[in-house]
Amino acid sequence: MSFPWAKPYEPTHPLMKWMDEKLPIPRLVYNATGPGYPVPRNLNYFWNFGVLAGAALMIQIITGIVLAMHYAANASVAFNSVEHIMRDVNAGWFIRYAHMNGASMFFIVVYLHIFRGLYYGSYKAPREMVWLLGVVIFLLMMATAFMGYVLPWGQMSFWGAQVITGFFSAIPIVGEPVREWLLGGFVPDNATLNRFFSLHYLLPFVILGVIILHIWALHIPGSSNPTGIEVKDEQDTVPFHPYYTAKDGFGVGVFLLVFVALTFFSPNTLGHADNYIPANSLSTPAHIVPEWYFLPFYAILKAFTFNFLWIDAKLWGVIAMFASIALLFFLPWLDSSPIKSSNYRPLYRIFFWILVADVLLLGWCGMQPAEQPWVILSQLGAIYYFAHFLVILPIVSRIERPLPMPNSITEAVLAKHATDVKSVSATA
Amino acid sequence: MVRPLGFLVGLGFITALVLAIFTTPLKNEPNVAHEFHKHPKHLKLASDGVVLPHWDKAQLQRGMQVYKEVCSACHSLHLVAFRDIADLGYSEGQIKTFAKGFQVPSINPDTGEPATRDGLPSDYFPSPYANETAARAANNNALPPDLSLITKAREGGKDYIYSLLTGFQSPPANLPAELKPGTGLHYNPYFANLNLAMAPPLAPNQVTYADGTKATVDQMSKDVTAFLVWTAEPKLIKRIQVGYAVFFFLLIFTVLTYLSYRNIWADKKH
Repeated sequence: MSFPWAKPYEPTHPLMKWMDEKLPIPRLVYNATGPGYPVPRNLNYFWNFGVLAGAALMIQIITGIVLAMHYAANASVAFNSVEHIMRDVNAGWFIRYAHMNGASMFFIVVYLHIFRGLYYGSYKAPREMVWLLGVVIFLLMMATAFMGYVLPWGQMSFWGAQVITGFFSAIPIVGEPVREWLLGGFVPDNATLNRFFSLHYLLPFVILGVIILHIWALHIPGSSNPTGIEVKDEQDTVPFHPYYTAKDGFGVGVFLLVFVALTFFSPNTLGHADNYIPANSLSTPAHIVPEWYFLPFYAILKAFTFNFLWIDAKLWGVIAMFASIALLFFLPWLDSSPIKSSNYRPLYRIFFWILVADVLLLGWCGMQPAEQPWVILSQLGAIYYFAHFLVILPIVSRIERPLPMPNSITEAVLAKHATDVKSVSATA
Repeated sequence: MVRPLGFLVGLGFITALVLAIFTTPLKNEPNVAHEFHKHPKHLKLASDGVVLPHWDKAQLQRGMQVYKEVCSACHSLHLVAFRDIADLGYSEGQIKTFAKGFQVPSINPDTGEPATRDGLPSDYFPSPYANETAARAANNNALPPDLSLITKAREGGKDYIYSLLTGFQSPPANLPAELKPGTGLHYNPYFANLNLAMAPPLAPNQVTYADGTKATVDQMSKDVTAFLVWTAEPKLIKRIQVGYAVFFFLLIFTVLTYLSYRNIWADKKH
């Protein structure tokens, strides 16, 4: 489905006509990412991050396939096989560092993509399904990244697997059997490593499948935009190609520059020294910390230190951690305001920025040992996190009085340019 | 329905957290060892940073000498092959001779019994102990770690290794009794729990450098740390050099994509 003014696909070359009759892939591409897909003309740079996340996934899949050719998923040799890649495989150090930092880059762009959605109300009707599929992708990414981190079989791999699968043992009665079933043993060992490798190879392709659904669902209403006003007529849009292919091309360039700087000049900054020590079930590291992209959720887990009602603190932590992500599934219905863009939501906008600061604070606390003031800060941070989504957001969307809005995307664009011209002539 | 339910769930979590705040003591348990613990000293090496780093081959050669004559008595280096030391400026002939100086485990081709033979460039540095049990038995039940990755495998990296090697000292007078080094332990404020099983490994003039450098403890510590930076990542310098090429290539690519983006959008207000 698309707008009525979308340019129709009309192949002229006989080969393309022949192809169009047999298998209309060129038509699909033309209508999905080509001139046949009209997109709002006013998208800002925050709309680049979807394409960048796709680029990050492709980089992970390509580097990952090459790594799998040299890696050995066996607990006795896994660690040394990674060092073999680092030392003896041609450009192996590059492929391995690119994959390692590629995971971080993937999460950076996905977090920016998610916060873009939160600020501009991209989760609201008619795009709820796009958001729901996005949360599914996020969960799959977390599972994939966790299992990937186990594969080098260093100390953090082992103890990370121990702690994270330990979450399940907090569940009464069935918890411990479930954990043993997941691990294939009582502690992470060869069985665990093998299944994690298998799943780590599988899940990226599942992610790819859900991304196709995510884009499909997006293309039915079309992209949202910084005003949050839906497209009304042709002058509100430009064809995806060449306008957004060019802009995304530039975005990919900037993304790769950051990626390359991290991979070549500082590849171990986001990792842990302990993971260069081979896994040892008899020696527990002083601080077991997950990768940076899990830290806010880890802080929420650790914030619950009190046995409240009949649920003990550990189970509260585990439930809260899962709930902190699961509540995103309900976001389209928690926020009842019809206004999408925070540019016109003076009250919500304030809470949005508090949420950004709160998640950063939680991330910082997640990195720290279980000492004061980090414990109380993560408790306060977790209180705000839940209050934001479950209490503040529903109330704010009722009582807020939105700012006056333009009638259309084009009107907003022209008004912006008029003020630009005015301010230029005023200074001149 | 979602909003009232969400509200209740939110209140549940918030109540549990508020109760957690009021039941968690605001004061940390005092950690005495923390007061005596020191942060690593900074060690500047030629391979540091991103501005034209390089291997100081003379220093790496001296460092390898320290490893071979001192550290290798207890610590293995099992990820490094003799052929790798070509990076340190040794010729093929020198590497062959160097390898020959080591006995590596082998089997007797006639009887199949365990035996040893002269090292070849394709062999790895042999371990000082046959296995972990033997290593622990010889070291008061402490296990000397393999040194191949040590500068990447410790918080603080090369700074930490250098500080640890130069940090042995007699315990301060005000050190509480429970933190005093026990039998077979040695006080070192850079080590996490202040007392480690390794005895001070270096003494002045313990090795005789071929290039005439004075073998102070500080000098030997610097040299062997530089060597261990190389063993942890032999591709470090190449990585930075390739990084520059890739970065500048992409910079030009990005400028071109920016110009085409501006060009395509020139007629559109947005």
